[in-house]
Amino acid sequence: MSAFSALIARDVRLAFRQGSAATLSVMFFFLAVMLFPLGVGPEAAILARIASGVLWVAALLSVLLSLDRLFQADYEDGSLELLALSGLPLELTVLAKCLAHWLTAGLPLIIAAPVLALLLDLPAKGLAALLLAMALGTPSLSLIGAIGAALTVSLRRGGVLLSLLVLPLYIPVLIFGVAAVEAAIAGLPSISHLLILAAIALAALVLCPLAAAAALRLSLE
Amino acid sequence: MPQTGFAGESLSCLRGERLVFREVSFHLEPGGALLLEGPNGSGKSSLLRLCAGLLKPAEGRLVYKGRDIAQDPEAHRARLAYVGHLDAVKAVFTVAENLAFWAALVPGGAGRAQAALERFELDHLAEVPGRFLSAGQRRRLALARILVQPADLWLLDEPTNSLDRAACEALTAAIATHRSGGGLVVAATHVDLGLGTVPVLRLGSPAPAPAVAPEVS
Repeated sequence: MSAFSALIARDVRLAFRQGSAATLSVMFFFLAVMLFPLGVGPEAAILARIASGVLWVAALLSVLLSLDRLFQADYEDGSLELLALSGLPLELTVLAKCLAHWLTAGLPLIIAAPVLALLLDLPAKGLAALLLAMALGTPSLSLIGAIGAALTVSLRRGGVLLSLLVLPLYIPVLIFGVAAVEAAIAGLPSISHLLILAAIALAALVLCPLAAAAALRLSLE
Repeated sequence: MPQTGFAGESLSCLRGERLVFREVSFHLEPGGALLLEGPNGSGKSSLLRLCAGLLKPAEGRLVYKGRDIAQDPEAHRARLAYVGHLDAVKAVFTVAENLAFWAALVPGGAGRAQAALERFELDHLAEVPGRFLSAGQRRRLALARILVQPADLWLLDEPTNSLDRAACEALTAAIATHRSGGGLVVAATHVDLGLGTVPVLRLGSPAPAPAVAPEVS
């Protein structure tokens, strides 16, 4: 097994052993979405109108919630500096950890999304676009979040600062993610929005590991 | 400029605004060992982090086999093993799993895991989760890690912390084996590692005189 896949396997196993993985972010996703019918009232027309936005905002927040564990635990127990000294370039270490984060925090959201879409009465025409948009958008959330997590890794209470750094960067994903679903519901082609989401994901795939690795090097000095 | 071994040439280290040490030089031939001594805060850990490439020297340079380590940091990382203050033991992984991960990072590491566990008498603890280990057992696990990741240069920061006598002897034996194969060791320590007569680099001589280091070989 190569070092890259060994690191992904370790992070996924760590997340499941600590019980903070899939379960926690999916539970948060469910709860955050279920607050909206309680808050705005149970009228199906209103819920159907806001469903795509609610689902995306809740997904953003639940990914954000799990970002602090991306590097923090490894930083505190000394594993991170050993990983930085291992043969694997730090950029690839970041990429492996982002992939593991997506597998444990992003992928479960995509699996849970159809159930919640049903709950909010999202028009069936939008469901396929929602799943595609989330599949293209959530990897960007993990990758962009890695920059914030790397910058705040040496701060004891970096959680709030992490949100302030990362949430503005999530806005493009939110806009095009919602737009793709809305277009599909309106019977328009959503391909252009999905392509932009794919472009964001590809750019994040290249740039975010570089930026996060540079931030980690500063933190490790 | 020495063409063999590992050398530091008039190194200075700045942490924030503070000058930790300056004009520190050393030279290690293959098979050599260097002990770092000095009071708390004299820069032993900083020098080890410089040697590992985690910190950049404010002045001076580190040379391995005649080449500045800053020229090829990846090659340098591949030949060193570092044991810092922290043990990097995951609480939810068993001893064997903790070690297996570090072994998986290097080619052929998995085959050495069992021998490393036995060397530090961890084999009977292999299935115990990290959170139940004592401080000394965690330290032994951290030391076992450097046996599964074979490296030319060992950088050990207070390796004997929390170790009992038997584990100290196992460490001494491991260092002797490593050196007999041409390996290098730089260790910061307050206790006798039982390495015999090896050069000592004393850091933190009283200010304002610069820390004078012997040119050792």
